[in-house]
Amino acid sequence: MRILTATCAAVLMTAVSAAADEVAPDDVTFGEYGAVETSLTGTEGDAENGAMVMKTKSMGNCISCHQVSALSDAPFHGEIGPMLDGAGDRWSEAELRGIVSNAKNTFPESMMPAYYKSSGFIRPGDGFTGKAGEEPLPPLLSAQQIEDVVAFLMTQKEE
Amino acid sequence: MKLKALTAAAALLVAPGLALAGPDDDTLVINGETEMVTKTEAPAHMEETGISEIISGWHFRSDETQALEMDDFDNPGMVFVDIGMEQWETVEGSAEKSCASCHDAPEDSMTGVRAVYPKWNEEAEEVRTLAQQINACREDQMGAEPYGYTSGEMANMEALISLQSRGMPVDVAIDGPAQSTWEAGKELYYTRTGQLELSCANCHENNYGNMIRADHLSQGQINGFPVYRLKNAKLNTVHARFKGCVRDTRAETYSPGSPEFVALELYVASRGNGLSVEGPSVRN
Ligand code: HEC
Ligand code: HEC
Repeated sequence: MRILTATCAAVLMTAVSAAADEVAPDDVTFGEYGAVETSLTGTEGDAENGAMVMKTKSMGNCISCHQVSALSDAPFHGEIGPMLDGAGDRWSEAELRGIVSNAKNTFPESMMPAYYKSSGFIRPGDGFTGKAGEEPLPPLLSAQQIEDVVAFLMTQKEE
Repeated sequence: MKLKALTAAAALLVAPGLALAGPDDDTLVINGETEMVTKTEAPAHMEETGISEIISGWHFRSDETQALEMDDFDNPGMVFVDIGMEQWETVEGSAEKSCASCHDAPEDSMTGVRAVYPKWNEEAEEVRTLAQQINACREDQMGAEPYGYTSGEMANMEALISLQSRGMPVDVAIDGPAQSTWEAGKELYYTRTGQLELSCANCHENNYGNMIRADHLSQGQINGFPVYRLKNAKLNTVHARFKGCVRDTRAETYSPGSPEFVALELYVASRGNGLSVEGPSVRN
């Protein structure tokens, strides 16, 4: 993959620079309490797209576990995790990036899945096929989708 | 601005969901005569789980779905009991026998059987599920082909046999020679599999009563199996359900009939010790 990208560098200048700035799942640095200080992409998150990622079943599907008033246009919010209204007051951007990337660094044993993790699983599958998957798996969300979700969460301030 | 208006409306929309939380307090009486134990004290081995009351999946379903199980004329699973009865009487295999050749009428010979499976088999020196015992009879006694482990024929036969224990308490043995299998099943129950890193316990021990998106999580009990599900309009076997739940963790599943799922079945069954045998039950 790397080699291929390098070969095409002249043509795909922009793609290469985006990929170069992107932090791979295994390279993310988590602070002592699970925060991730630096952006995973260097590109500012798009809150609107983050909202879409959170609602969509095949993407974040965050509302399967969390209630989020601002996303109430999508039906059926779960009750597994805390309501996310006001998450932008309770947490800093770095903390939210850490929680969404791998919540287990912030909340040990959390039920919340790690959205930016590609290896170290028990019986990793190939998506929802039930068949074996091979690590590294593509992370549940891309680096930019994580940034978008974080940007959305930062808009969640209680009035 | 827009966001604010939405938030106010949303609070109203989201709040009623909370009213759904938890199992309901209805009573399951079948055909107006058989009162079922659908909530009871947890067996002693569950003390460390913090769960003091075990609850049938029936309590987590809507009133409409619950009603379908309260009368055999409404229970879509009962049709498969009839088909199972035909299978029971059908001669198959090189020995030219049917189940009836050895076991006569299921009402006489199969009472209480479902309640104690999976069960240690002394001769085979292994814990056997009901499905495995059915196939052992087919192969060894009848000289017939085994049923597919999660096939319709297997589900029909399990439904017929389960019905003969209707209302009796689940009572699987977990000690003696079954203990190591039980321990292995327990280990699997708490193992967080797949890319979502979820265990059975995450959903069915720590979160029963809660909604996970549109699904109301139960304790994942198997006293009601085989289960007629409105979702796929057929009878479903225990291992097919296990497979579905493991798949939903984005994991490589175990195979139906595998030693892992047999052990898991014994463990999960033991968490229902004391609940009435309900199969064939109705779920969504
Ligand atoms: C399978 C359940 C599940 C899913 C899916 C899930 N979460 Fe969580 N989340 C939790 C739980 C449980 C907690 C509480 C922390 C703990 O484990 O103690 C939590 C905590 C959080 C918190 C901190 C809550 C607070 O305000 O104190 C944030 C922020 C969060 N999640 C965001 C997300 C986002 C964004 C997504 C999707 C990209 C997501 N979650 C998907 C279960 C989930
Ligand atoms: C991500 C959440 C999740 C996980 C993990 C999970 N399940 Fe489930 N399970 C469900 C949902 C949702 C249902 C349907 C609603 C219900 O009955 O709880 C269900 C239903 C069941 C049922 C049917 C109960 C009935 O009354 O018909 C059984 C049995 C079951 N699960 C067992 C298991 C076992 C064993 C495991 C682990 C191998 C497991 N589940 C893991 C979500 C999960």
